[in-house]
Amino acid sequence: MSMKDQAAVVGVGATEYYRRGQSYPTESELSLVCKAILAALDDAGLKVQDIDGFALYASSFEPAEVAAALGVPEVRYTATTTGGGGASGASIGLAASAIHAGMATCVVTAYPVQQAKRRYGGSAVATDNGAQLTYGNAALGISSPYTGFSSNSGLLGPGHAAALIAQRHMYKYGTTREHFAEIAISTRDNASRRPKALKKSPLTLDDYFNARMIAEPLCLLDFTLETDGCVAAITVSAERAKDLRHPPVYVMGSAHGGPGRTGPLNWKWLQMAEDDLVSSGSRYPAKRMYEMAGVGPEDVDVALIYDNFAPMVLMQLEDFGFCPKGEGGPFVADGNIRWKTGSIPVNTHGGNLSEAYLLGMSHIMEAVEQLRGTAVNQVDGAEIALVTGGTSLLPMGGTLLRK
Amino acid sequence: MTATSSFGEIRKGVFPSMQKHTFADPTTQPFWDAARVGRLIVPCCTRCGTFRLPPYPICYACQSFDLEWVELTGLGTVYSYTVVHHPLHPDLVDAVPYLSAIVELDGTQGEGARMLANVIDCEPGEISIGSRVRIIFEHVNDDMSTPRFRLVRGDEK
Repeated sequence: MSMKDQAAVVGVGATEYYRRGQSYPTESELSLVCKAILAALDDAGLKVQDIDGFALYASSFEPAEVAAALGVPEVRYTATTTGGGGASGASIGLAASAIHAGMATCVVTAYPVQQAKRRYGGSAVATDNGAQLTYGNAALGISSPYTGFSSNSGLLGPGHAAALIAQRHMYKYGTTREHFAEIAISTRDNASRRPKALKKSPLTLDDYFNARMIAEPLCLLDFTLETDGCVAAITVSAERAKDLRHPPVYVMGSAHGGPGRTGPLNWKWLQMAEDDLVSSGSRYPAKRMYEMAGVGPEDVDVALIYDNFAPMVLMQLEDFGFCPKGEGGPFVADGNIRWKTGSIPVNTHGGNLSEAYLLGMSHIMEAVEQLRGTAVNQVDGAEIALVTGGTSLLPMGGTLLRK
Repeated sequence: MTATSSFGEIRKGVFPSMQKHTFADPTTQPFWDAARVGRLIVPCCTRCGTFRLPPYPICYACQSFDLEWVELTGLGTVYSYTVVHHPLHPDLVDAVPYLSAIVELDGTQGEGARMLANVIDCEPGEISIGSRVRIIFEHVNDDMSTPRFRLVRGDEK
């Protein structure tokens, strides 16, 4: 039996959101994650003593440490998807699978971010001559026999990989910077009404074209914010969810994965067939997610799409089936992702681009609020929400939630 | 324009060879041995003929471990590129803007054997997808020789 509708997200909680580094020294990564988990438990009407599992992505925190700090009596399940933020949306599927399999009953998913001492996404390579690039995932490959094939190329961060893919998408399909701008502008418009959003001032097309270039064709406004904070979610069985504080938000379908040649570091995905390379990498898990849920993209009311870089939203719209491949540009230009008026409102919370960058967890929180009917930018009658992760190293993926 | 930094000499448009060791293993060492003498060699599956980079020990198309090292001309075509304006480290401020590209190598099947490299001696407006480029190797030390590309100009094409 499929795990469709067998588990539900019953609690979401968050800390305050801070600009990068601003949570230090008043908070630690451990205090942030504990606060978010307590807030999510409170939202659900559950206690620390109810927690028995951790379903994470990208090894976001060490469950042994957090369980000890919180006082969780017994841990029965700990797992993480591998890779990076690509499986953020799908991590709820991991939680649901543990519950469906009978391995845990109350599962935490969270991602604490504190960037005072380390910085996400800057560089996947540290030097060995003492001039270390202190940001980023140095541990991913400093001494690998394969880093030498990319590290001196100057392509260091995820944004550089996104730039190369976006450039090829523009060449192949005629996508323009105006299309990317529409994603930044519509997302900011959503954030402008959100009290917690770190960026609220409306954006114009002129603002976009006047923003400083980071890695062509991507400018500053194509890039995620950098944030400190934490969001947590609690998943329990559908049966148990009935008696908790809020109406359950059921896990309809979930999948993670991607083309097998995606590769372990961002740039190795550049060795794929063109249809996989010039994409978000989400096409295959998207198909399996919809199959499990028994619905299609036309049934989705609101899409919370991982927006590390604006062009990757455009490509996920294609890969999750909201428009044909290559037509993401015209699709967003036609107003389809706008709140209130669009056919599929996207990132109604302001996303990583304008609200806060909690590596996809804020997207899960927004999906839950939309389906409870309590979102700030509520989509009228929202019944099904999509939450995605990525684009990053494999796996990518997503989860469909319903009220 | 040149300047010195913790990365050594910095020149506009040239990303410094910040990784100075190859950390080579048995399947990557031949690439670096050839690079040291200015030759580009790439592993090719002896069973099915598929080229692969980086040099993994096994063929992704047919799972054979048998390979031969094939010397290529070093010519290639820009598949995609970016002009990097934002320095990821303060010491790189005099290196930007620099160009980095995905290059499909002549003589391979392209996909699966693309290279990522800094394209030097090239103004941002001079490059586009489809530009022809030729590899050069910058001697860093006896271990590392950094591959870079230059535009093929004029009748060289």
